[in-house]
Amino acid sequence: MENLTLEGSAKTPTVRFDCENGVLELKGRSIPENSIEFYKPLNDWIDNYASSPKPNTVVDIKLEYFNTSSSKCILDLFKQLENLNSGDTEVKVNWYFEEDDEDMEEAGEDYQAIINLPFKMIEVEEI
Amino acid sequence: MDRVYDIYKKLEEENVLLSFKGMVTSELLTTILQIMESKMEHLEEKPKIKKKVFNILVECLQNLYHHIDQDDVVHIPTEEKSALLMIAKSPQNYQITTGNYMKSTDVGDLRSKLELVNGMDRAELKAYYKKVLNEGKMSPKGTAGLGMIDIARKSGQPLEFSFMPVNDKTTFFSLAVKIAE
Repeated sequence: MENLTLEGSAKTPTVRFDCENGVLELKGRSIPENSIEFYKPLNDWIDNYASSPKPNTVVDIKLEYFNTSSSKCILDLFKQLENLNSGDTEVKVNWYFEEDDEDMEEAGEDYQAIINLPFKMIEVEEI
Repeated sequence: MDRVYDIYKKLEEENVLLSFKGMVTSELLTTILQIMESKMEHLEEKPKIKKKVFNILVECLQNLYHHIDQDDVVHIPTEEKSALLMIAKSPQNYQITTGNYMKSTDVGDLRSKLELVNGMDRAELKAYYKKVLNEGKMSPKGTAGLGMIDIARKSGQPLEFSFMPVNDKTTFFSLAVKIAE
């Protein structure tokens, strides 16, 4: 299978899903009007990855902004990874947020409360 | 021509940074967000405030966008697809105001939703957001029913709103969201 790489835009994040190293990164802003369209290829890629995952899968979420339309898609993505975790790979999530960005920190905690995956909250100066 | 000055004075008095009346398209949305980002950069706003204003603005604009992006939109007169957006900044706070036409039959649902979130404290809003996020269904348009909850949560203040009937079928809905400095 191939890596999934998408360059970020004004409304969509940079995507780097690396199947060789088992590292899935979302970075930037996710504020498209219709997020389903954007997230569909990401879900498909994870479905594919699920058939032969690395023993360890690291998910790096480095979002500066996301809208409520994306929040549901991000949850679905985590649910997919949650299923993956019970199989051949151990999934870990790193949730990055900028200093003083309580809203983004809380958003990470919200997912942490819903999703049964280990979350690490990482505060950084700038994403 | 004196009317131009009247409009100018009015916008000045209200501390309006940006205002727009018309149809909200995807391109317009991108442009407004870019303008507001550079304005706030110029005003040297704290990152925390910038993020809150940006986030709430995204949700408000996308509410307006999705509102006219409906199947039954062809039946709506062009004038009624138009919306109003105003962003004002006083020394105490930012205020985002929107106005749009809606079907009078939908007023009841929207009013209940707004009254529900206005009656909730911070912790209740957080719990309600999580519940809708986890249990809610996404529409084919990609809306998750989380917009108003998220706006209320990030603003931290009650949402001000009003419904003004314009004829037997149509109502003008106004919403004002404050973001404290």
